[in-house]
Amino acid sequence: MTLEAPRGAEAPPELVQLLTPEGERVEHPDYDIDLKPEEIRSLYRDLVLVRRIDLEAVALQRQGELGIWASLLGQEAAQIGSGRALTDADMAFPTYREHGVAWCRDVDPVKLLGLFRGVNHGGWDPKEHNFHLYTIVIGSQTLHAVGYAMGIQRDDATAATIAYFGDGATSQGDVNESFIWASVFNAPIVFFCQNNQWAISEPLEKQSRIPLYRRASGFGFPGIRVDGNDVFACLAVTRKALADARSGQGPTMIEAFTYRMGAHTTTDDPTRYRVASELEAWKLKDPIERVKAYLFKNELADQAFFDTVEGEADQLGADLRRRCLAMPDPRPLDMFDHVYAEPHALIDEERAQYAAYLEGFES
Amino acid sequence: MSVLSLSKALNEGMRKAMEDDSKVLIMGEDVGKLGGVFRVTDGLQKDFGEDRVIDTPLAESGIIGTAIGLALRGYRPVCEIQFDGFVFPAADQIITQLAKMPMRSLGAIKLPVVVRIPCGGGIGAVEHHSESPEAYFTHTAGLRVVACSNPADAYAMIQQAIHSDDPVIFFEPKRRYWEKAEVDTSSADWWTPLDRGRAVRPGTDVTLIAYGPMVKTCLEAATAAEEDGRSVEVLDLRSLNPLDTPLVMDSVRRTGRAVVVHEAPVNSGFGAELAARITEQCFYHLESPVLRVGGFSTPYPPSKLEEHYLPDLDRVLDAVDRAFGY
Repeated sequence: MTLEAPRGAEAPPELVQLLTPEGERVEHPDYDIDLKPEEIRSLYRDLVLVRRIDLEAVALQRQGELGIWASLLGQEAAQIGSGRALTDADMAFPTYREHGVAWCRDVDPVKLLGLFRGVNHGGWDPKEHNFHLYTIVIGSQTLHAVGYAMGIQRDDATAATIAYFGDGATSQGDVNESFIWASVFNAPIVFFCQNNQWAISEPLEKQSRIPLYRRASGFGFPGIRVDGNDVFACLAVTRKALADARSGQGPTMIEAFTYRMGAHTTTDDPTRYRVASELEAWKLKDPIERVKAYLFKNELADQAFFDTVEGEADQLGADLRRRCLAMPDPRPLDMFDHVYAEPHALIDEERAQYAAYLEGFES
Repeated sequence: MSVLSLSKALNEGMRKAMEDDSKVLIMGEDVGKLGGVFRVTDGLQKDFGEDRVIDTPLAESGIIGTAIGLALRGYRPVCEIQFDGFVFPAADQIITQLAKMPMRSLGAIKLPVVVRIPCGGGIGAVEHHSESPEAYFTHTAGLRVVACSNPADAYAMIQQAIHSDDPVIFFEPKRRYWEKAEVDTSSADWWTPLDRGRAVRPGTDVTLIAYGPMVKTCLEAATAAEEDGRSVEVLDLRSLNPLDTPLVMDSVRRTGRAVVVHEAPVNSGFGAELAARITEQCFYHLESPVLRVGGFSTPYPPSKLEEHYLPDLDRVLDAVDRAFGY
C-alpha cells in the first residue's frame, strides 16, 4: 500500500508565504511584517554567511578535519527567520543541525565544530547564549524545552522557549509527550519543526499521513505551516508565536516546509533514495536567491553590497578553517572532567590509575 | 527525636528541603492531591502549592525530560517514578540526557535532579511492581545511585540527594515504607555523607553486604547466626555509585569472607561488581570466594512465588554456611 501525502516541490495551499521564490512580496491576512531595508539586507547577510559556514564545514569534513558534519543547506531561511525572531531572554533548544540559529545566538561558529571534530561533545555555555547544546538523540530536547518553559512560568518571566526538531522527530514519543506537557501546562513554547522532507532516507510519508502542522490541533494548540524557504514568513510567523507564548497564550507548532538540499550528514548518500529532479525543483525555491532578487528588484541593495557580503563570507570561511585546524586536541585525562559536579571517588580513582599508566610510557 | 516510618521520614526530608530552598520542586504521577500511591509526598501540595508539587501527565520520559529543563532553568526537581518497573520509559532521558549533559557542557551545566524509585518486592504486587533495576543505573556514568534502608537514613539521604549538584537515582525499599524508627530531625550533625556506607552491625567472621530492603534481612540473619556462634558483620552500602570501597575492603580484610545480598538477579547484578572488586583488592585475605545471594535469572515471578525468589533469612544463612565450607 502506498500512502500519498503532500511532499516535494508542490507548495500546499496552507503555506504562509510572504516572499515568493521569484522574489515577489505577497500579503497574508494573518501574518505580515514590516521590514526596513537594512533589516532585509541584514537577513540576507545572515543567510549567506551561515551557508558559507556550512560549506566550509562540509569541505573540512571531506578533507578529514571533521569526523562528520550535518549540513543545513536549504534550511537557512527557516533557521535565520526563526532565530532572528528570538529575544535575548528567549531560550532555544536545537538539534545538531541548527547552525543558523547558533549564528543568531552569537555562538562562535568554531565552537560548533568541536563535537564534529571529536574534541568535545558540545563546546559552548548554553546560559551565555540562551542556546542549548546540540542534542543528537532525536526529539529529546523538546522535553527539556518544555521543562525550561515551565521554569519561565514559575519565575514569572517574560520569555519563551523554542524547540527545534525535524519531520522524523515528530514520530518520537518524547516529542509527542512534549506536546502534551506544553498543552496541559500552557507552557510558553514554540515548537519549530523544520520539515525538510527527509529523515535520512525516509520520506515524510513514513512519518505521517497528515501534514505535520495539523498534529498540533489534536494536542490542543495551533499549528501553522510556513514556507520554510521564505525568511520573511519564518520571521513573521515565529515572532507571532513567540509573542503569544510570552503573553500566556501557550504553545504553537510551526511547520517550516523546507528541503534538505544536501545529504543527511557527510556520511550519507542521498542518490540511493531520492531522484535528482527533486533537488532541482527545490533549487528554484532557494531561500537566499529570492531575497537577493527582492533586494535587486526593489533597488534596496547594489552590487557593491552583494560583493561586500561575499567578501565577508570568504573571510569567515577562511577564518573558520584556520581556527578549526588550530583547535587543540583534548588531553587524555580530560575525559574524567565534568562527569560529576561534585567529587566522585570512582572517577578520582580511575583518573589516578590511568595517569599512572600513562606516566609509565614517559622517560 | 521523632518516631517516623520510612515513608514519613522521606516526606519530612522533602518538606525540609522545600522549606530551605524555594527552587526544590516535586514532580510525578499522583504526587499532589493523592500524596503519591505510597503517600510519600502526602500533604506537600497542600502546603507548597501546585506550582511546586506538580501532578504530571502519565508519561515517565516526560517527567524526567521536563525535570531536566526545569533544572536548566535553576530548579531542583525531585521526580517520583511510581514503581520500579515503570522507570524504563524514562530510561532514555536518564541515560542519554540526565547522566551525560553535564559532561557534554564541559561543566557549564549542573543537573541537580533526584529520581525517586520505590523498589523491590515483598508486597504481593502484580508484574512490574517489584523490581530492582539498580544495576542498569550503576552502569551509567554521570549518575549517583543510592538506596536507603531505614527511616533515619531516608530522612537525611533524601535531603542530601536534593542538595547534591549531581543527578541522583534514589531507591526506596517499598516493603520497608511502613517500618518505624527514631529520627533526629533537629540537626544534621549525625548525617553520614551521601557517598558513604556504614557498618550497621560489627562482626569478625564474615561480612554481609547489602543495601535497601536487604539490610534488615541481613541484620536478622546476623542475629540468627550469632546463635550458631558466628560473628557476622553487616554493611549497609547506602551508595552504589560511587561505592564506599574503603568500608567494604576494610571489613572483608578483617573477616576474610564476603556474602553480597540483593533482590536483583544475581546474574550481572551489582553483586558481580562487588565480588570482582573484593577479589582484586582483598585476594590474599580471602578464606572463601565472594558469594552472592539474590534473585534468579527469571523475570520477577508472580507474587505467590516471590518468597522463593527473594532472598530471605534462610537463603542468606545458607550462603554464610557455604562461605565457611572452603
